[in-house]
Amino acid sequence: MVATPRAGAPSGRRAASPGRRSWTGWRFVGPFMAVFALVFLAPIAYSIYLSLFRTQLIGGTTFVGADNYVKALGDPQFWSAFGRVALFLVVQVPIMLFLALLVALAIDSGRLYGASFFRISVFLPYAVPAVVAALMWGFMYGTRFGLIGNLNDALGVSLPDPLSSDLILASIGNIVTWEFVGYNMLILYSALRVVNPSLYEAAEMDGAGQLRIVWAIKLPALRGALLIATIFSIIGSFQLFNEPAILRDLAPNAITTYFTPNYYAYSLSFRGQQFNYSATVAIVMGVITMVIAYVVQLRGMRKGA
Amino acid sequence: MTATTSSATAGPLVIRRRPRRSRRSVTLTVLTTIMLVYTLLPLAWLVINATKTQEGLFRSFGLWFDGDFALFGNIAATFTYGGGIFTRWLLNTLLYVVVGAGGATLLATIAGYGLAKFDFPGKKAVFATVIGAVAVPGTALAVPTFLMFSTMGLTDTPWAIVIPSLISPFGLYLMWTFASDAVPDEILESARVDGAREFQTFFRISLPLLAPGIVTVLLFTVVATWNNYFLPLIMLKDPAWYPLTVGLNSWNAQATTAGGEVVFNLVITGSLLTIVPLIAAFLLLQRYWQSGLAAGSVKG
Amino acid sequence: MTTTRRHALLLGAALSVSLFATACGSSGGTGSGTAAATQSASADDLQAALDAGGSITVWAWEPTLKQVVADFQTKYPKVKVNLVNAGTGNDQYTALQNAVKAGSGLPDVAQIEYYALPQFALGKAVTDLTAFGADKLDGTFTPGPWNSVHSGGGIYGLPMDSGPMALFYNKDVFDKHKIEVPKTWEEYIAAAKKLHEADPKAYITNDVGDAGFTTSMIWQAGGKPYKVDGTKVGIDFGDAGTQKFTAAWQQLVSGKLVAPVASWSDAWYKGLGDGTIATLVIGAWMPANLETGVKAGAGKWRVAPMPQWESGGKATSENGGSSLAIPEGAADKKLAYAFLKYANVDEGVQARVDGGAFPATTAQLNAPEFTDKKFPYFGDQQVNQVLAESAGQVVSGWSYLPYQVYANSVFNDTVGKAYISGTTLQDGLKAWQDASVKYGQEQGFTMQ
Repeated sequence: MVATPRAGAPSGRRAASPGRRSWTGWRFVGPFMAVFALVFLAPIAYSIYLSLFRTQLIGGTTFVGADNYVKALGDPQFWSAFGRVALFLVVQVPIMLFLALLVALAIDSGRLYGASFFRISVFLPYAVPAVVAALMWGFMYGTRFGLIGNLNDALGVSLPDPLSSDLILASIGNIVTWEFVGYNMLILYSALRVVNPSLYEAAEMDGAGQLRIVWAIKLPALRGALLIATIFSIIGSFQLFNEPAILRDLAPNAITTYFTPNYYAYSLSFRGQQFNYSATVAIVMGVITMVIAYVVQLRGMRKGA
Repeated sequence: MTATTSSATAGPLVIRRRPRRSRRSVTLTVLTTIMLVYTLLPLAWLVINATKTQEGLFRSFGLWFDGDFALFGNIAATFTYGGGIFTRWLLNTLLYVVVGAGGATLLATIAGYGLAKFDFPGKKAVFATVIGAVAVPGTALAVPTFLMFSTMGLTDTPWAIVIPSLISPFGLYLMWTFASDAVPDEILESARVDGAREFQTFFRISLPLLAPGIVTVLLFTVVATWNNYFLPLIMLKDPAWYPLTVGLNSWNAQATTAGGEVVFNLVITGSLLTIVPLIAAFLLLQRYWQSGLAAGSVKG
Repeated sequence: MTTTRRHALLLGAALSVSLFATACGSSGGTGSGTAAATQSASADDLQAALDAGGSITVWAWEPTLKQVVADFQTKYPKVKVNLVNAGTGNDQYTALQNAVKAGSGLPDVAQIEYYALPQFALGKAVTDLTAFGADKLDGTFTPGPWNSVHSGGGIYGLPMDSGPMALFYNKDVFDKHKIEVPKTWEEYIAAAKKLHEADPKAYITNDVGDAGFTTSMIWQAGGKPYKVDGTKVGIDFGDAGTQKFTAAWQQLVSGKLVAPVASWSDAWYKGLGDGTIATLVIGAWMPANLETGVKAGAGKWRVAPMPQWESGGKATSENGGSSLAIPEGAADKKLAYAFLKYANVDEGVQARVDGGAFPATTAQLNAPEFTDKKFPYFGDQQVNQVLAESAGQVVSGWSYLPYQVYANSVFNDTVGKAYISGTTLQDGLKAWQDASVKYGQEQGFTMQ
């Protein structure tokens, strides 16, 4: 049996022998779930409660039932935000994961000069706080004084402005890719490292080339890790917040207050004092994310079967 | 780098695993180097600009040095500015990382192992709940969380940062899949036959096998805690409890206020200093990570 | 906003919704807030509080307050002032808001910008200072800021600084291209064209759409888009003053004569230093920022009166500035007010002026040592003469919305379109008006 992390196996099929079903497992899971309930479940429950009310600056709080949900489903700003992150998801996530996969395979191949140097270097951007990352990229993106500006001057060209409303999403995608390519690479690389080396040796003895080994052994071994990386990337994309929030300093018109669903919820809550509606938007977005992540997981597991 | 030194740094595992594959590929190295330039260029900008004075930042080309080499002056200024508060922020961050990331790794390891090796009522619901909860946008939960913590008297204390840091859903997942494979059921069975209690088995037998997974999770949780920004911003008002990220941003925000002192050079140098300990931690963890991996793969 | 215009990273100001609900709900007047509101104090009471001592917490980001606190504690050794920088602008409002909602962790004194104060006053999140004798301070402050702390018959803060507008310009750039300092907006537009033609890299100023700047400009032009009477609110950007502004400014935007650089960014500081951003029409607090942030501009910058809509006119407006207020529910309001008075009326003002702040008090503004001070950064110009004169010429009758923090947050969603597409400023302002009206209706205001 090849040692491969299997994604999302809540079925417990790899658990100890059946018949030993008991509460013992809770002694292990319990502490995690207790803290989890405090910092995740309780605030979510409170948000669901909030979403059933409406609070006005003048007039106080009233129970409105599902009114906020009806409003959210018909809110063009919400759907515009959703469309933007959906586009981001289908373009940026595949690019990022593909790059991460290539680097992980390259480092794992053992055919690289200075592999460990590559591994740490590609991972480094993940260590850069988002505030700092935005500062750096904001500089590079500058068409007047930044790197783009320097290039324009030096080459006598006029490169498009990365902070314009047409390109801003791509520019954010670039920052996110930069930040997380190493993170995903490390996940995939970890999964590759637990592949039983004797498999490679057997394949090589059968005369299989490197590409063949990648195709027949490594990629199947990575399926689980890729699936979970995809699921967490979906969640990450739908929650896109830090980068647009920080770049809004430099591109206030290209990045609206409803640029992403999460930024919209934030603006509603922190700028507009619409806590109830903000909670509603967060819950709706959470449900959509959950459904999509669940579908991806089901499909991924079916293919894996 | 020669083949000898690289296998030496990569540890004995590589030698054992791939006895006949010491051939290095220049093409592959060059291709990967393109990726390297992409990841390192912004960091090069950070290093170069940390050597500039406030005026030097504005008058010089971003990717080259200014005539004035002020790195050491900047570092000294970063540590002394505002009564040396940067040191305090650094220590705060260390506290949050040690307790928060350490605790998160511990909880995720135990729980992931529990999910992997035990069948228990409600097990199916656990992961679905975790994924579901993670899918709800966190910024929108900030206010409810703040109010709850405030009721409990936790706001403006280190606990407000540490407690939420204790949960790493991704760490839980990693440990679950890792433990499924790294700890063979047969070993556990024989331990049970010998009458060992579950926690004894866990600490004596399973934990060493889980080491590489633990180091990976630790790496992720350390970085996540180190870079934590939004939560401390909401929970803390007293700058004496700020972590580095929030502190640096407050320096950056000085430039946006009437009469505020503009200290971009200190923000940049401070950012660089913020990253350095993480790189050191990564290098340190990498050693354990590799020996751990070697230990983990022996089982074959 | 005075002081803070950076939008991102600032958590918005979230004024307590539920706080207001509570205040309304407890009509029996049993809430501690209601009881505290009736607290009052004479000058003797304040002195007694100072002598008795105690400790207060002040949330403020204004840098010169540090000296004021030190002096205050020396003078009143029994009082301990805990000065906390709880964030700049919106960051701090969020913290304040959260503390109000949670009912704990409130400061005794908080810095609040003028544009945000009505919002806090409406929600009864800050104390009416009339009972402490603030109503006797008429004439102490210049009309602009003094008017700004009034709301619905109450006085909700004491002005700390002010931002009467003036034209800051780079004399080197003007001399090089032989441009006269514009006295009217017509001349300003002509100067913008001349400069950009002479040097395509140089712009008369920067603008990517800024709510604070735009409202200040409309204010100067005599526009009064916001009509506020308690919870009755009217919004109309179709008035003559607004149109005067949009007609002129549209020429600059359409002609791409303003640099597309966001204020307060590093690119902005750089542009101010290297002459590519040649002027700023901005509040009187700007000299301190130029001195510390734009060292490369030393000796080059000068200050002139704000350009006028009519030749020979003398009309200005306020841009930013903030007050110190006492949150409802503060532990020791008497001591808090005693500090407010010290910092914003008495000795504290001079300490802050010495630290580079621009005061809101007439006494300091008219003092010879203030107006005669020579600024080496501005080529020894007596900058304060221009600025103090501007303070006396602020057009009266302006008011902000009781939810200006929200309105400003959606400015770039609406008016911002005029900077990146074919939308006109006037259309953008209409969209801003619609968004603001919609929000007002949702929040239960009577929109007119």
